[in-house]
Amino acid sequence: MSEATAAETEELCATHVLEYAYKRSLGPVLGRFFTGLRDRRIEGVKTAQGRVLVPPAEYDPSSGESTCDEFIAVGPGGVVTSWAWVSQPRTSHPLDRPFAFALVQLDGADTAMLHVVDAGEEAIMSTGMRVTVRWAEETSGCIQDIASFVPEGAS
Amino acid sequence: MRDVAVVSYAQTPFVRSERARNEVEMLMPVIDEVVEKSGIERRKIGFTCSGSTDYLAGQSFSFVMAVDAVGAWPPICESHVEMDGAWALYEAWVKIQCGEVDSALVFSFGRSSMGETAETMTLQTDPYTLAPLGPDAISMAALQARAGLDRGLWSEREMAEVAVRSRRDALRNPEAQLKGEFDVDEILAEPYLVSPLRKHDCPPVSDGAAAAVIAAADVARQACEKPVWIRGIEHRLDSHQPGSRDLTLSPSTKAAGEAAGASSGRLDIAELHAPFSHQEIILKQALGLSDSVKINPSGGALAANPILTAGLARIGEASRQIVAGNGRRALAHATSGPCLQQNLVCILEGD
Repeated sequence: MSEATAAETEELCATHVLEYAYKRSLGPVLGRFFTGLRDRRIEGVKTAQGRVLVPPAEYDPSSGESTCDEFIAVGPGGVVTSWAWVSQPRTSHPLDRPFAFALVQLDGADTAMLHVVDAGEEAIMSTGMRVTVRWAEETSGCIQDIASFVPEGAS
Repeated sequence: MRDVAVVSYAQTPFVRSERARNEVEMLMPVIDEVVEKSGIERRKIGFTCSGSTDYLAGQSFSFVMAVDAVGAWPPICESHVEMDGAWALYEAWVKIQCGEVDSALVFSFGRSSMGETAETMTLQTDPYTLAPLGPDAISMAALQARAGLDRGLWSEREMAEVAVRSRRDALRNPEAQLKGEFDVDEILAEPYLVSPLRKHDCPPVSDGAAAAVIAAADVARQACEKPVWIRGIEHRLDSHQPGSRDLTLSPSTKAAGEAAGASSGRLDIAELHAPFSHQEIILKQALGLSDSVKINPSGGALAANPILTAGLARIGEASRQIVAGNGRRALAHATSGPCLQQNLVCILEGD
């Protein structure tokens, strides 16, 4: 193979990262929620009807009304309301071993939050099971401050 | 309200991978075909609207290149939605309702094979509370499937039956991708992909492009022998937080269906954009479809699911069925977002 041919068949690569290349404010509600996570505390927000949304939102999705300024401490324990067992984690997943994505309704909350349950094996998982928070070793004010949920009593 | 009709529809065959053609090359023959079939001169089409996602090319405004397939000289009036082409059709319909134009070309394209579709879809979730956890489209759908299984609203067998029927019906659709005779017991013996979903419960990864021309009544009547009338088209949205919804129901589909007039006459056919098997069961219930309604004669999204194109294809397939005389009144549905978060319903009628 001549040098020219080698150059012609060389694969051209360009790295392109798709990202938010700017900082943004989380606002008064999610800002407080993530500040709470940094301090290892989970807070929901009350709607006008008195329901507690976790994660909190500035608006009640069922009515579109603004939520109240009242924040309620919830968890750290809760109940799994649905789950999906991931036997082969993707690189984009937070755990590199089999785990469950789950909807967890924390004690004191009226909605469930999506997170992962580090249960070890599928047979341990069931809807209605109790789980509790396992905090990340270092927290920084993001959703991964909750490293995972684990079956209650297992942590 | 102005009467508006679908006057033509065309698509590429939906395939696992368009290896050789880029987006423009995929679109050109489809757009040539749909314009020719419409009977409306290309220069006289008042508006062009497309639906696609830049997240596949990984480059902002990559959709602009696709306008090359339409021919943008002399300058055309053009718009784009980062949504399924069904919503591009909705925008074009609104434009015609406003009286700004009398006809529009709508197209969409999705080369899902360019990335990991399930992970690309993660990028549409809440960037603070959801996306950092990497909930892929299959895992999100699995949470929804489990919620219904737990409550006895459907069984794994019923889900498998949806997949088997869809891929059997797709045998009659030369443009469908995944088709064949499958045995329910055999596919139920397969392992889970993401429990409780097996591979057959999930859509194939598909590349494809589709296009439609719609026009107001006077133009449609003049140009087209068999216009398919859009009697209603509406879309509604549920919360982006899956944990704040009852995932076994689709209130936004119900509301869109009611607003579009789904129940104001007997339906012969429904083309439902249900990428996951259990979602067809949810949609059927939300829309109150009786067993006499033929569901997804095209094979639906379980037979081919090009990103942001499969919804427009439902409108196209439903209008084809009416043109072919297989029914007089049809419902076409498109979905967007995880777990059927956003839904569009379009009611179509022949003369």
